[in-house]
Amino acid sequence: MDNIVGKKSSLSWAVNISVTVLVILWLIPTIGLLVSSFRTADQISTSGWWKAFNSNEQNIIVRTANPQTQKIIDGKYVIEGMLFSSEKEMTISVWGVSSRAIDGYIPGETAKLTKGGEITLREDGHYRMINENPFTGSRGMRVFVTAPMAPEFTLDNYRKVLFDPKNVDGMGKAFLSTLTVAIPATIIPILIAAFAAYALAWMQFPGRALLVAFVVGLLVVPLQMALIPLLKLHMHIGIGKGFLGVWLAHTGFGLPLAIYLLRNYMIGLPKDIIENARIDGASDFKIFMKLILPLSFPALAAFSIFQFLWTWNDLLVAKVFLIDSSGQTEVMTSKLVELLGSRGGNWEILATSAFVSIVVPLIVFFTLQKYLVRGLLTGSIK
Amino acid sequence: MQPIIQGLLMISASVVFCLGYYYLSNWLLDNIFLPAHGKNINRNISLANQIRPWLFLFPALFALLVYLAYPVLETLRLSLTERHAYGDEWVGLANYAQMFNDQKFWEAFRNNISWLVIVPAISTGFGLLAAHLTDRIGWGNAAKSIIFMPMAISFVGASVIWKLVYDARPVDQDQIGLINALYLFFGGDAPQTWITMSLWNNLFLMIVLIWIQTGFAMVILAAALRSIPEETIEAAIIDGSNPWQLFFRIKVPQIKGTILVVWTTITITVLKVFDIVYAMTNGHWDTQVLANYMFDKFFRGNDWGVGSASAIVLMLLVTPILVWNVKNARKEIQ
Repeated sequence: MDNIVGKKSSLSWAVNISVTVLVILWLIPTIGLLVSSFRTADQISTSGWWKAFNSNEQNIIVRTANPQTQKIIDGKYVIEGMLFSSEKEMTISVWGVSSRAIDGYIPGETAKLTKGGEITLREDGHYRMINENPFTGSRGMRVFVTAPMAPEFTLDNYRKVLFDPKNVDGMGKAFLSTLTVAIPATIIPILIAAFAAYALAWMQFPGRALLVAFVVGLLVVPLQMALIPLLKLHMHIGIGKGFLGVWLAHTGFGLPLAIYLLRNYMIGLPKDIIENARIDGASDFKIFMKLILPLSFPALAAFSIFQFLWTWNDLLVAKVFLIDSSGQTEVMTSKLVELLGSRGGNWEILATSAFVSIVVPLIVFFTLQKYLVRGLLTGSIK
Repeated sequence: MQPIIQGLLMISASVVFCLGYYYLSNWLLDNIFLPAHGKNINRNISLANQIRPWLFLFPALFALLVYLAYPVLETLRLSLTERHAYGDEWVGLANYAQMFNDQKFWEAFRNNISWLVIVPAISTGFGLLAAHLTDRIGWGNAAKSIIFMPMAISFVGASVIWKLVYDARPVDQDQIGLINALYLFFGGDAPQTWITMSLWNNLFLMIVLIWIQTGFAMVILAAALRSIPEETIEAAIIDGSNPWQLFFRIKVPQIKGTILVVWTTITITVLKVFDIVYAMTNGHWDTQVLANYMFDKFFRGNDWGVGSASAIVLMLLVTPILVWNVKNARKEIQ
């Protein structure tokens, strides 16, 4: 709008930079987790995720072949071999023979061994140990090697978290539980709310304004108010803890927003169409099914997205109404909290599990963003 | 697999049940109880039209009453009683007295207040800034998408994301948390465990919620900014106002109403904040908040009286917004 008067804002570069900074700030935490989920436990704990794309120095400890393989060449005892398996190509930058000086030598140099003899190590991992007396002991000698590693990413974490049946911390089952909670808990309230919203928007009856105000009031009632009484009620009438209970709870808690959003949308539909249909003799039920529902599709879509995101991401309602001591019905959010406690340092597990749980909402978000934004606007600007 | 089948059954059953209910009840009303023919046709039609709205409303109203209205009253009652094996005993305000003597409650209350002051203010501020800036550049919509994205991430997921950002390793190791890496890079002497740093850690938890809520504020404020009539802006530019004046004197006053709505909506979210604290610190290191305090009393302490009392405190904090919303809604209907 600044170019109305014919000049482009001279601050445009500043705006671009500021937005870039904001975007980076907002994106970086998530990127960090995503990158971490593709790294091995070793990589995560030895370097920050932002270094994942550099080839970074890695310190590894390898053993030479054991003394039984020694040969006698020219009256000296010799062990020869490669430190690395052939498929891994590494170039050693420095190395050492004691943990106190792991960078004592460069490739090609020869190190004296404390137990007698000496070792020469080449850049590609080929080594040669020579000794006047036989090498002793049952195991090979430790060599400390520092080598730059090419950036390396793995899908193993996902395999382990999703598909490993032996992994008790796996997310596979919790994923299904979350799905089982979210879908019915999204569909049921829409049905109920749509009819109520139609009545509140287009039917004349005494007390309508009061009911709308009632719904608006319930919109902000904290969930915390409902937990104890409803759990008591569920226990009393025999629903207990389980999927049925959590579906009903989500339905009840989602209704005020559903009714409010849908009513606000429906009341904006053109009055003529509905009046004409009435004059033509269509019943309210017919008007609702044939006219209002199809026309309200954007609002229905918006609420479905809200409710789906909310039920998928919910922790509190699931903890109170669903998860019992058997642990069979645990949802992903609750599993994640558990992992934060028990596997707090295992970032490869945590990052991967977290990503498994947020990937579905992210897909929903990016594909249906248009409806979400429209829904937010119907809900808030009035 | 069984719960999934149960879920599919539940979906179809509820769809069939709902549609069946609405269809049948309408049919019964029109054809059996008050048929639109015969000698009472006029009386029947008008009576049917008075009853019909309630048929449409009944399931929703029933659910609202059972799942939201009744619990409010029941929680109030529970907060005034003590649970015993032989039944509930009326104890008056004893639960409240016990709660007000609890250090942890006041810690939670204080923290909630600071959350209430800081999070809505910064989220709305950042949201306004982002809305204003992204409206003026070519790739604004892509930028908006990214700032809006955390909205889709669960509070628990966000807690994991930020816990990695705040992670601290011993001083002799490479830092894997971004903040500590930056802190050391800019001359900090030793890595800090930000999550356990009393008082400040509250701020670090708030950042998680600000990160989530800014996108919401931005989306709504961007729409409001776009709906400002161009004439007012043109007039201001012709009168020679600079960009700052244009923004703060012309644009912001015109979207004051929307800013207020965004502010209160975030306030309500903040009041109920539970997951972030539960996942990141569980109320340790002076980060308790009311919602988590309540959960603690309810589930770990098994103390329904004090748990309910703290829920009532939350309700009282929400009440001014509730009243304001209801007033606005009524004004709008008339």
